[in-house]
Amino acid sequence: METFDLVAAPLRSLNAALHSLKGQETNRTEWEVLNPRGAHAVATGVDAPVEIRVRGSTGYYCGGMNKQATIRIEGSAGPGVAENMMSGAVIIEGDASQYAGATGRGGLLVVKGSAASRCGISMKGIDIVVHGNIGHMSAFMAQSGRLVVLGDAGEALGDSLYEALIFVRGSVKSLGADCVEKEMRPEHFEMLEDLLRRGEADGKARPEEFRRYGSARRLYTFSIDNASSY
Amino acid sequence: MSDFPRTPPRFSATFTPAVNAEIRRAAATGIYDIRGGGTKRSLPHFDDLLFLGASISRYPLEGYRESCSTDVWLGTRHAKKPIHLAIPVTIAGMSFGALSGQAKEALGRGATAAGTSTTTGDGGMTEEERGHSKTLVYQYLPSRYGMNPDDLRRADAIEIVVGQGAKPGGGGMLLGQKISDRVAEMRDLPKGIDQRSACRHPDWTGPDDLEIKILELREITDWEKPIYVKVGGSRPYYDTALAVKAGADVVVLDGMQGGTAATQDVFIEHVGMPILACIPQAVKALQDLGMHREVQLIVSGGIRSGADVAKALALGADAVAIGTAALIALGDNDPKWEAEYQALGSTAGAYDDWHEGRDPAGITTQDPELAARLDPVLGGRRLSNYLKVMTLEAQTIARACGKSSLRNLEPEDLVALTIEAAAMAGVPLAGTDWIPGRSGRF
Repeated sequence: METFDLVAAPLRSLNAALHSLKGQETNRTEWEVLNPRGAHAVATGVDAPVEIRVRGSTGYYCGGMNKQATIRIEGSAGPGVAENMMSGAVIIEGDASQYAGATGRGGLLVVKGSAASRCGISMKGIDIVVHGNIGHMSAFMAQSGRLVVLGDAGEALGDSLYEALIFVRGSVKSLGADCVEKEMRPEHFEMLEDLLRRGEADGKARPEEFRRYGSARRLYTFSIDNASSY
Repeated sequence: MSDFPRTPPRFSATFTPAVNAEIRRAAATGIYDIRGGGTKRSLPHFDDLLFLGASISRYPLEGYRESCSTDVWLGTRHAKKPIHLAIPVTIAGMSFGALSGQAKEALGRGATAAGTSTTTGDGGMTEEERGHSKTLVYQYLPSRYGMNPDDLRRADAIEIVVGQGAKPGGGGMLLGQKISDRVAEMRDLPKGIDQRSACRHPDWTGPDDLEIKILELREITDWEKPIYVKVGGSRPYYDTALAVKAGADVVVLDGMQGGTAATQDVFIEHVGMPILACIPQAVKALQDLGMHREVQLIVSGGIRSGADVAKALALGADAVAIGTAALIALGDNDPKWEAEYQALGSTAGAYDDWHEGRDPAGITTQDPELAARLDPVLGGRRLSNYLKVMTLEAQTIARACGKSSLRNLEPEDLVALTIEAAAMAGVPLAGTDWIPGRSGRF
């Protein structure tokens, strides 16, 4: 176990050490970050199959652009956690602030508490599992990937979304422009079963409890007759 | 009665034939006009400034003997690997998607041959441009199409785009006809649909967040890359100051003459300020913060010649960027395609339907047959020639002003031909010592 105490060492040395693992055969696969104290950009840009435990809460952009690593935050995460993640996983034991998983292109983001507004904004292939609720404007302009919410969703869910899939177990305060409820087909139950298991939520919910939301695809081509929809 | 002189038909200066035609077009279609390019209206511009040249009190340098340096360093504030360019004329960000792959390759070839940088756009980094660009600036845009850490690390600099001069406050738009398989794949979108690029970044708002975003990008790239912040000509004093406060190495400032691949004509013509009005405000902000020349300033929007380069530098910029002029150098709007421009209802020099993807010159298109009309090697050579001419022209002016480096040009070398230009540029009206508005804030 490699231990990094952010009270004793600067953020730069932590990220530099993690970046040095890229492309290396290493047995330094277990890392621990002590005293994050809300620091920004903790473990950003990692590109190695390592396990990183962050013992506390983080500021902005923890795990940003992650590739391969599994990052477990034993606290809550500030804005933009796992933004633009490529692969690997970021698991948050507490809550996540706004823009969780923004523009993520792959990998898995798990929020065991709730996520604030704009969760999954502009997502491009990432899978997001939120055990609690999500705030307003979540999955705004979401392009692809899957967002699973065990609790409730705030206003304007999936506004202007493209091909991302959204599953919500609780209530949805309102749907955004061009977002509609869609039929749950057999493949969606299978998909959910897998996502709930990987999202460490398989004991908390069953696939048949969810409703599916997606794009009505009415706004894909600009038409003046749709102007009032925007 | 019929022998009396009659009042001749008189057109309104308000309701001109062009205005009336646009009203009729709007009434018939119900949609606003979308087009490419920058503003077409007449504005106070670099043409309204003149250099004084040398005289008894200033002596010139010999044009063919004494050197006049043109190189520029960008990103010296924080980056471990700042950029060194041979000339202070860079190529502005233009997307693969808006432009063909061949056009992007030609821009890379031309910029590299002339010793300068080129820039990606709202569509990610292509192999064509990375492979053919010695120095490539990677744009970090609200859409984040194709964004990934590997491309961030193989870029030579990162440009966080907040806005652009053609549409400060607006997002992008790429209509379905230009979304080919390859463009769709790079943007993670279905083929053939209209693609909207957001106007705001998805994961930060305001200058305090921007500071943290810059920290994140520096951490991901191990503090190697210069980080630029690009803004449209909106509130240049405050935007420059806030970009510096947020930690930018370079500020890129784009006036309303700057082009776009596509947006509403009303946006292009009515939002933002001309570059002439923007530069002095940005320079003042840098000076007030003690950061002039520490944080470099790149300006763009209507740069056409070495005279424009010299004037921008004399007002305090470190470098300029060209977009529209580079496309014209490649062959955009060339009269040799006149018959085809006519067939599209336009004429060479006025063609601006870049969003439709039917560009006869093969530049603003994804149609393989049209795109094949542009030879990237030949296009690159034409661009390189043009960049070299601009540089020689700027040197000619600088030597005439007695400057051994382009960066030594200064506002004292300039006068203005009009009161408007004098006020905007902060240089005296020719033949006077009057700088209108100098008593004001800027």
